[in-house]
Amino acid sequence: MTASLNARNVAAALIVAGLLLLPLYAQLSGNMFVLTLFTRIVIFALAAVSLNLIMGYGGMMSFGHAAYLGIGGYAVGILAAEGIGSGFVQWPVALVTSALFALVIGALSLRTRGVYFIMITLAFAQMAYYVAAGLARYGGDDGLTIYKRSDFAGLINLSGRVQFYYLCTGCLFGGIYLVWRIVNSRFGLVVQGLRSNEQRMQAIGFPATRYRLVCFVIAGTMCGLAGALLANNTDFVSPAVMYWTRSGDLMVMVILGGMGSLFGPVVGAIVYLLLEELLSQVTEYWALIMGPLLLLIVLFGRGGIMGLLGRLHRG
Amino acid sequence: MLLVVEQFLNGLQLGLLLFLLAAGLTLVFGIMDLVNLAHGSLYMMGAYFAATFVAWTGSFLGGIALALGATLLLGIVLEFVALRHLYGRDHLDHVLATFGLILFFNDAVRLIWGPAGLALPLPPWLTVPIQIVPGVFYPAYRLAIIVVALAVALMLYLVVMRTRLGMLIRAGASNREMIGALGINIKLLYTLVFGLGAALAGLAGLMQAPILTVQIGMGENILILAFVIIVIGGIGSIRGAFVASILVGMIDTLGRAFLPDLLRKILSSAAASTAAPALSSMLIYLLMAIVLVVRPEGLFPANRR
Repeated sequence: MTASLNARNVAAALIVAGLLLLPLYAQLSGNMFVLTLFTRIVIFALAAVSLNLIMGYGGMMSFGHAAYLGIGGYAVGILAAEGIGSGFVQWPVALVTSALFALVIGALSLRTRGVYFIMITLAFAQMAYYVAAGLARYGGDDGLTIYKRSDFAGLINLSGRVQFYYLCTGCLFGGIYLVWRIVNSRFGLVVQGLRSNEQRMQAIGFPATRYRLVCFVIAGTMCGLAGALLANNTDFVSPAVMYWTRSGDLMVMVILGGMGSLFGPVVGAIVYLLLEELLSQVTEYWALIMGPLLLLIVLFGRGGIMGLLGRLHRG
Repeated sequence: MLLVVEQFLNGLQLGLLLFLLAAGLTLVFGIMDLVNLAHGSLYMMGAYFAATFVAWTGSFLGGIALALGATLLLGIVLEFVALRHLYGRDHLDHVLATFGLILFFNDAVRLIWGPAGLALPLPPWLTVPIQIVPGVFYPAYRLAIIVVALAVALMLYLVVMRTRLGMLIRAGASNREMIGALGINIKLLYTLVFGLGAALAGLAGLMQAPILTVQIGMGENILILAFVIIVIGGIGSIRGAFVASILVGMIDTLGRAFLPDLLRKILSSAAASTAAPALSSMLIYLLMAIVLVVRPEGLFPANRR
C-alpha cells in the first residue's frame, strides 16, 4: 500500500504523533489534567474503533456497543473484589466474557436487518444493564469501586499516569492496526462485500451470517478491552457505562469522525469528548450547544470529519 | 385476588399509556421512515407543559388542554425546522440527529425549569378511590387514564381506518412515492402526522405526570419501551403497536408484582430478592429478543409493497 500525501493521511499522522508526544507536553507545561483527559479519550477511541469495524465496514448498526465496556469493566471489578488482582487473569477473563457475550447476542441479532438490528442490539445491552444493576453483591445500581488497579507483576504499573496512558495508546494503535489488517484481508473484503450486496455474496457462495458473526465477535472483544482499561482508569465500574445513551455516544463518535475510515472514530472521539469538555467549561448547559451541533453535522457534513477532509483534497 | 385485579388494571393502564407513545412513533416510522429518538422528549415536554399550565391557570383540565396544544405546536415546529430535512436519509443519520435533539431538550428543560423535578397535583375529584368490584377499590385517576387512553385509541382507529385523512396515512405507509404522484401534498401530510404523534406523546407524558414526578430524562426509559413495542408489533402497524403495548404493559407490571414471590418458591429468599428486580426489568427485552428471533419482522408486519 502506498500512502499518498492527502489531507486524510496527514490528519492520521498528526493524530499518531500528537498522541505519542502528549505526555511530553503535559510534563513540560505541568498541565497533568490534559493527560487524564486524553487517557479517557484514547480509551473511548478504542471502543469507537471497534464499533467502526462492524458499523463502518460491516454495515451492522449496533446500538448496544457500550455493553462490552461494562462487561470488560465488571470482569476486572468483580475479580478485584474477589481478591484476584492479577491483570494476567482479569484481562483475559474480560476479553473472553466479552467475546462470549458477542457470540451469543450476535448469533441471535444477526437474524434481523436494518432498524430491527439496531433495536435488538439495544435490547440486549439494556438486559446487560439490568443484570449489572441487579448485582447487589457488587454494588448494584451504585456501582463497584475498584480499590486496586490490575497488577501486571512489575511488568507495567497501571497507577503510573504516563505508563497507563501509553498502555491505553498502545492498545488503541494495536486496535487500529488490527482493523487495518482485517479490512484489507480476504475476510475483511468478504464482510465489506456483504455490506454492499448480500445477495450477490451469498450467490457466490459465502455464508453471510458466519462471516458477520466472526466480525461482530472481534469488535465486541476489542471493546471489552476498552472496558477493562476504562475500569482501571476510573477505579470504578457501574451499570451507567452500559446505559443506552453511552452506546449512543459511541455511535456519535464513529459517525462524527467518519464511518468506514480507519482514523475516523479516533478523530470523532477526540472531537466529541474535547467539545464536551470545552463546552462544559464555558457553560453548564453544554448540551444546549452540542445537540444542535450534532443535528447540523448530520444535515451538512456527510461522511463525518474524515469525509470532509477527503473532499477537501479532491477540491 | 384483590391484588391480582389491581395489578391487572395497573398493567392495562401502563400498556395503554405506552400505546399512546408507541402509536405516534410507529406512525412516524411507518409513514416517514424516520427513527425519532426525540419522541421521548416530546413526552417529557408534555408533562412539563402540563405542570406549568395547570399551576398557571389554576384549572386541571384547562391546563392540560393548553399543554396538549403546546405539544402539538412544538411537534409541528420541530418537524418544520429540523426533522423535515432528514426524510429519505439513512436511519443512522436519524439516530444521530435525534440523539442531538434529546441532548438539546434535556438541557433546555434544565435551563428553563431548573434541575429539580416538578409535581403535578391532582384535583380532589380525581383522587377518590372508586369501587370497581365489591371490595376492590381503584384510584379514580388511574381509571381515568384507562378510559381516556381507550377513547383515544378508538378515535385513532376510526381516524386511520374510516376517514379520508386516515386513508392517505395508510397509503403513505404502503407507498409514499405513489401518493405523491397522485397529487397529494405529502409535506403537509407528514407535518400533520408528526404533530399528531407529538400530541399523543404529550398526552401520555402529561397523564403519567401526576403519578410520577415530572423530571429531566423521564422520556428516555419509556422511549426505549416504546421502541421495544413497535419492534415487537411490527414497524408501521398500529394494530401491532396496540397488541404489543398491552402485552408489554402486562408483562412488565405483573412480572414486577409477582416474580419475587414466584422466585422465592424455587430459590432461597436472599437470592430471589436480588434476582427478581433484575429479572423483571429484563422480561420485556427477553420477550422482544424472542419475538425477533422467531419473527424478525415483528408480530404484525405492515404490508409493504
